[in-house]
Amino acid sequence: MADHSGRRQKISLQNKLYAYLMNHLQVLFASLGRLVRTPFTSLMTILVLAVTVSLAGSFYVLVKNVKQFSENLHTSNQISVFLKQSVSDKQGRQLARQIEQNSQITRVTVISKSQAMAEFKQYSGFGEALKALDKNPLPVVLEVLPETTLTDEGSLEKLMAELKRYPQVDFVQLDMLWIQRLQSILQLLERGVLLLNVLLGIAVIFITGNTIRLELQNRREEVLIAKLVGATHAFVQRPFVYTGFWLGFFSGCVAWVIITAIILFLQGPVEHLSQLYEGHFKILYLGFAETLALTGITTVLGILGAWVVLFYQLQQIKPR
Amino acid sequence: MLTFDHVSKRYPDAGDALLDVSFHLARGEMAFLTGHSGAGKSTLLKLIAMMEKCSRGHVLLEGQNLNRVKERQVPFIRRKLGLIFQDYKLLLDRTVFDNVALPLVISGYSQYDISRRVRAALDKVGLLGQEKKYPLALSGGEQQRVGIARAVVNKPRLILADEPTGNLDPELSVEVMHLFEQFQQVGVTVLIASHDIELIKQMGYRVLTLSHGRLVGGQ
Repeated sequence: MADHSGRRQKISLQNKLYAYLMNHLQVLFASLGRLVRTPFTSLMTILVLAVTVSLAGSFYVLVKNVKQFSENLHTSNQISVFLKQSVSDKQGRQLARQIEQNSQITRVTVISKSQAMAEFKQYSGFGEALKALDKNPLPVVLEVLPETTLTDEGSLEKLMAELKRYPQVDFVQLDMLWIQRLQSILQLLERGVLLLNVLLGIAVIFITGNTIRLELQNRREEVLIAKLVGATHAFVQRPFVYTGFWLGFFSGCVAWVIITAIILFLQGPVEHLSQLYEGHFKILYLGFAETLALTGITTVLGILGAWVVLFYQLQQIKPR
Repeated sequence: MLTFDHVSKRYPDAGDALLDVSFHLARGEMAFLTGHSGAGKSTLLKLIAMMEKCSRGHVLLEGQNLNRVKERQVPFIRRKLGLIFQDYKLLLDRTVFDNVALPLVISGYSQYDISRRVRAALDKVGLLGQEKKYPLALSGGEQQRVGIARAVVNKPRLILADEPTGNLDPELSVEVMHLFEQFQQVGVTVLIASHDIELIKQMGYRVLTLSHGRLVGGQ
């Protein structure tokens, strides 16, 4: 008791920093312990958060996969030239050679009437019914592949007009057009998903905030006592911020499991569908960086949720 | 150490709790604060602990005017004080050790220092060896001594006690008062609010008497 005369020992900065870090670490695990001690409540909260997050994550994965699909399509600037019904296979092949002279065109593939019929039979499912026709109603089609550098709409349309001028040609169709339409739909979809994800993110903030608010009410007495013996705002809020941290982190992890389960569940049917269209569509999962981002974002949202509530509520808990 | 300079405190709904109170406590002095219930004892202590601000006048703690202390600095003022309450205000879900250690954890002491100081404080109040118990496993007198250990563990300059013996029997009360006496003897300033007139007389220290918010004795 010798130094009880009012002189206080100074704590060195280094010791103080070390103690500060130790306190953080201690509170980090104490908050985790608190969640574990009330497993039912914690699990409920984490599941509500995880479902919200997995909704956002699933939309993201959906857009990512559709985007991948459309990017594979994008490589083709192929033009389909449908010849008149009266034009024979032989005349069609002649025209193809003629068209190939054009320097803007790489290759012309002829699909004869019988080839077209065979393909149609195979994929349409009208096989037997088509036999009833006494003559093949399908025209000869030339698949014209322009130079790969030729992608802008203006020059493609000019080329299409040129092709249209041949008397044998019935009509010309740019395959890219519907891809472009698909892509604008995709852009719209992407915007919509972004908007939705922002809303879901706000929901996560408020769900966490509400949980922290209840926790704060339960521990009101503790906050009051800590303030009475000289605790700063930062000290008092620390355990609650870490609770937000854990809630966010765990909900991110559980959401990852949910999203992966959804993809696994859909993978079989999607790949079957892809095979039917002769596609080599490989479904995309969340990558490592995306998984990190997912848990990172949910963790930050959890902390944010805690902060929002603590900023206002903690000021109101004052010793009287 | 502590100066009240024409201090008044008015509550909007309850009227004047303190009226023109002036007194000075010297460093290392021990004094009692007494008066009927509702005389303003608790209000006076709350002004020092910065749980309230006075409506008029000045409260000076070690020369620092508490009216001018910003909200952010309040915790650091409180760390200079050792507060003791009638209802002990212990954390019931923490051990005796953790309760006493709280002010040190808040101030950022190392584990080693905390352990050493907590044991010293518990030794002082005669509870060494009870560190691992929870407050509810202790008697009222023991709980109050845990509260006192917590108040002195950070070596405060001023101890404020609000009815510290209010829930204790006479024998324990005397024991607790002697404990405060020991702190005073090593240089701590002690101010104890109590309405136990008999006990106060027996102790023989300065007595500040409040009546309806006015200081009527002991200036």
